Amino acid sequence: MRIRLFKEFIIEKLIFLSGIASILFVILIFVFLLKEGLSFFKEINLFKFISGKHWYPISEPEQFGILPMILGSLLVTLGAIIFAVPLSIGAAFYISEVAPGKIKDILKAGIEMLAAIPSVVLGFIGMITLVPLVKNVLHLPTGLTAFSGSIMLGLMSMPTIISISEDAINAVPKSYKEGALALGATRWQAMYRVTIYAALPGIIAASMLGIGRVIGETMAVMMITGNAAVIPHTFFQPVRTLTATIAAEMGETVYGSMHYYSLFAIGIILFIITFIINITADMVLHRKHK
Amino acid sequence: MNKTKQNKIIDKCFGFLGIAATLFGLIMLLVFIIDVLSDGLGRINWSFFTSFPSRKPEQAGILSAWVGSVWTMFITAMIALPLGIGAGIHLEEYARKSRLTNFIEINIANLAGVPSVIYGLLGLGLFVRYLQLDRSVLAGGFTLALLILPVIILSTREALRAVPFSMREASYAVGATKWQTVRYQVLPAAFGNILTGIILAMSRAVGETAPLITIGALTYIAFLPQSPIYFSSGFPYLHFSLKGLFDPFTVLPIQIFNWVSRPQKGFFTNAAAGIIVLLGLTLIMNTLAIILRHHHQKKIRW
Repeated sequence: MRIRLFKEFIIEKLIFLSGIASILFVILIFVFLLKEGLSFFKEINLFKFISGKHWYPISEPEQFGILPMILGSLLVTLGAIIFAVPLSIGAAFYISEVAPGKIKDILKAGIEMLAAIPSVVLGFIGMITLVPLVKNVLHLPTGLTAFSGSIMLGLMSMPTIISISEDAINAVPKSYKEGALALGATRWQAMYRVTIYAALPGIIAASMLGIGRVIGETMAVMMITGNAAVIPHTFFQPVRTLTATIAAEMGETVYGSMHYYSLFAIGIILFIITFIINITADMVLHRKHK
Repeated sequence: MNKTKQNKIIDKCFGFLGIAATLFGLIMLLVFIIDVLSDGLGRINWSFFTSFPSRKPEQAGILSAWVGSVWTMFITAMIALPLGIGAGIHLEEYARKSRLTNFIEINIANLAGVPSVIYGLLGLGLFVRYLQLDRSVLAGGFTLALLILPVIILSTREALRAVPFSMREASYAVGATKWQTVRYQVLPAAFGNILTGIILAMSRAVGETAPLITIGALTYIAFLPQSPIYFSSGFPYLHFSLKGLFDPFTVLPIQIFNWVSRPQKGFFTNAAAGIIVLLGLTLIMNTLAIILRHHHQKKIRW
């Protein structure tokens, strides 16, 4: 009895430790990120960093302006969302309201598979199929554009948006729809006049999480969007995103140089952007539950 | 045409549009993937798995890449699984509801959504530089472990939460302690879902590229990390060594990316072949997870 109690005590303490450890770990690490990045902002003004138009991290004199990358990230994300949100909402409605049981299972499995494809694979696929296609169909000098990136990232964000929207649609009380149908509405009318409004917070949250996924995506954009650090004017020119800048340049930086710290600073900006998006989506979702 | 008829037609159209929207992404991707696969399929043979990368595309293989992937996955699992599952059990079964746990919960949920490239920065700053692990297998494994830790915590908690409270109460009622309840009732009931979560998290780690590129693993590697067990002709014949943990490494997705960035056409075929292997691996893992979950849902009825 004593031994068993002792054993239990040890195990429970171990569980407690691993719980605390992993949480501490995670928090400490973000403190670390801040520490590395903030030393950069002592030298360079935050406002100048964000609004600077030129990114020449290793020329003399060096210039750290990430406006082109911020705009690049925004442009690709905007395009992806315009492409993915309507399709995903349509798909979510079809899966939860229209599709018969068997087809529903198959489609859900298919969408889960879509979510599982590594981004380097999607990048490669986009590079050898979509990029030449965009170039030839639209008669552009290069197919490595924000537009191509948007389509590929739109595809990537669809599983997230579809599955969370579908949950939201399923959570709408059946009585709402039945009420509409009883009043003589068709299935379609019940959907776009009643169900969609009830599920709206969930759908908005789903779209925001989709945006979060797109902004943070690295490999596919790095391979498809052309990586030109200039301020974009249209969808059909090469852009460079925040994430691609970090991944592409970190390998070449000298440890402890301004360039090294500037990439951590970009990391902080990116972290803050995604954090705000995720927190907001979380709040929208939770308000719905109340 | 009267209104009712019109509405009925719109209704039909919607059904059709819904199918189109659902299938659009899937079919588009399927066509693209088949296009790629047909490129790479001819390149897959035994020597592709047993050769090191090379300057000549026809001779290059993925030996160092897949061995590196196995190493990193092993380290990642060794760290992330105990910590993640432990943290999940702690938060769900033991921790009292308080402001602090609430704060922690929100943070973990958010960390699961942080871009993977940021974990690369953390790995670089913390493991590669600060702890001076250099660009070793260990640093790579640690980085990926951090990346999937929040995912594992979340899925463990969700699995535990799905176990009905009455099961715990019944266990307490017959005199079981807290740990006995968790160990003999809750964990077995949640096991299938926890396993599903683990497999999905590991499949994400296998395909992850950006954080490893950020910590600087994008290099030409034509050797393997020192094997943990090896034989020698002299006494004591069998050796154990952990030196391999500190060797530089490459992984499958990075090898693919490396080949993609080469100008020669032959390397594209290699990349396509590498992608078949990687895609096959992740799809097998995901199918397994889906089957497991389906099986589990069928088996348990409460």
